[in-house]
Amino acid sequence: MIRVHTVTLFAALVLSPVAVLAASDPEPMRFSSQEIELPSSDRTFPDGPGAEAINNNCLACHSAGMVLTQPKLTKTQWTETVNKMVKVYKAPVSQEDVGAIVEYLTHLKPQP
Amino acid sequence: MVERLASTDRRCFLKGLGVGVLVSAFPAFSAQAESTLSLPLPGGPDGRELTNAFPGKGQMILQRTRPPLLETPFEVFDEGVFTPNDRFYVRWHWASIPTVVDADAFRLKVHGHVERALSLSLTKIAALPRFEIAAVNQCSGNSRGLFEPRVPGAQWANGSMGNARWTGVRLKDLLDKAGVKAGAVQVRFNGLDEPVVDDAPDFKKSLDLDHARNGEVMIAYAMNGAQLPLLNGFPLRLVVPGWYSTYWVKMLSDIEVLDKPDEQFWMKTAYRIPDVPGANIKPGETGFKTVPINRMVPRSFLTNLRDGGSVQAGSPVTLRGIAFGGNCGVKSVEFSGDGGTSWFPTELGTDEGMYSFRRFTGSLPALVAGSHAVMVRCTNMNGLVQPSEPVWNTNGFMQNGIETVRFQVA
Repeated sequence: MIRVHTVTLFAALVLSPVAVLAASDPEPMRFSSQEIELPSSDRTFPDGPGAEAINNNCLACHSAGMVLTQPKLTKTQWTETVNKMVKVYKAPVSQEDVGAIVEYLTHLKPQP
Repeated sequence: MVERLASTDRRCFLKGLGVGVLVSAFPAFSAQAESTLSLPLPGGPDGRELTNAFPGKGQMILQRTRPPLLETPFEVFDEGVFTPNDRFYVRWHWASIPTVVDADAFRLKVHGHVERALSLSLTKIAALPRFEIAAVNQCSGNSRGLFEPRVPGAQWANGSMGNARWTGVRLKDLLDKAGVKAGAVQVRFNGLDEPVVDDAPDFKKSLDLDHARNGEVMIAYAMNGAQLPLLNGFPLRLVVPGWYSTYWVKMLSDIEVLDKPDEQFWMKTAYRIPDVPGANIKPGETGFKTVPINRMVPRSFLTNLRDGGSVQAGSPVTLRGIAFGGNCGVKSVEFSGDGGTSWFPTELGTDEGMYSFRRFTGSLPALVAGSHAVMVRCTNMNGLVQPSEPVWNTNGFMQNGIETVRFQVA
């Protein structure tokens, strides 16, 4: 069963800068251009052997948060992940740094 | 252990310290975490910030700042079957997300194996016959953080899902306008987001031509009656009812009709599941074929009782929650108070369409003091029922095991 409404639309009774579709309005949708500023993160990887390698190589594409919230993973799992970043997602990381990053992640203590 | 402050408490707290202005002046949230919560992730790390720093979004669980991964706090699902746009979860693969989208200049291209390539403005698209459908959008990896053994990836609890009324045009109508040529097999979708590194694989997804033309797959320009938040894909998003969100390409700008199957990374390598029932394998198991993730499976959640909560002894316990059938409607939702030995029906709420969340309500008799647990399970219109054991696979996809909520009666 598919709900098809050709004319009427649910009224959105909110005062907001974004365009809304009104129930009694048979007019086509009108759009408001969007301009936003996304928050940035200044979080870095905690100090330890290899911290420099991971901070220098990894934060260009993604913030640290998701890495630091990973469960305890094995060296094999971290190797697979870091290799995927380099080989598939084309992160420009030297082979020497790949080793240091894997070591760092393998010994990462779970964050609170 | 982290405590969550109620929003009013937090406001008073910030005001009292005179830092309320600072919070709104700086988009970077790191120095002013508003509050935190614990997600029930086995073995941790389970602490997450709650953030209000993302444009168009209310309070969300911060899984990653860049590119954004924002989870919907679970209590939002108790408020109704439609998830408000400003609480709808957010997930991006690549960090190059346009932060400015000019509604007048935007064009959607339809090209490839077609008679007439199209380049359509939003005004042109909005003038086409309007189509509307209620549908659940769920991340392939929703609940990944609850997998045991744990698996790498975004460590979502159950909040990378949402339900909206999507308004827009049928994909079929656009494809007909372009005139699909004989020999076409798939349709590929691309959005305005791009990889940060040049030669990394741009995020694109494809559907078989028959699926793309089934009259349900649509291009949405509104969700819940308003234009999409930029972080949910403004101005256009593909809606693939009944299928996982990986196909619901955001900021959709390019539709390409293919005369051979899509072999690029995001179809051939990523988002694959074991080709076994429920995508469920044993840890360490190998030797199975894989296929691209596809149809969703039934799920149900209690929303008024939280795991670890408490209720009063001597009065019946109200049960309230949401369910969805996956790729078809909800046939029934049942609950069990005895560990799954006996099951009792719940009452289903308004049917908003087969792909929507559906409310269910029930009641447990008055309970004696002590520890109790209640389970809920959904059976969909195809007769598929949630499995009693959790699903497991290496990618953390397609979880739909029966949920149990444990609580104290005092």
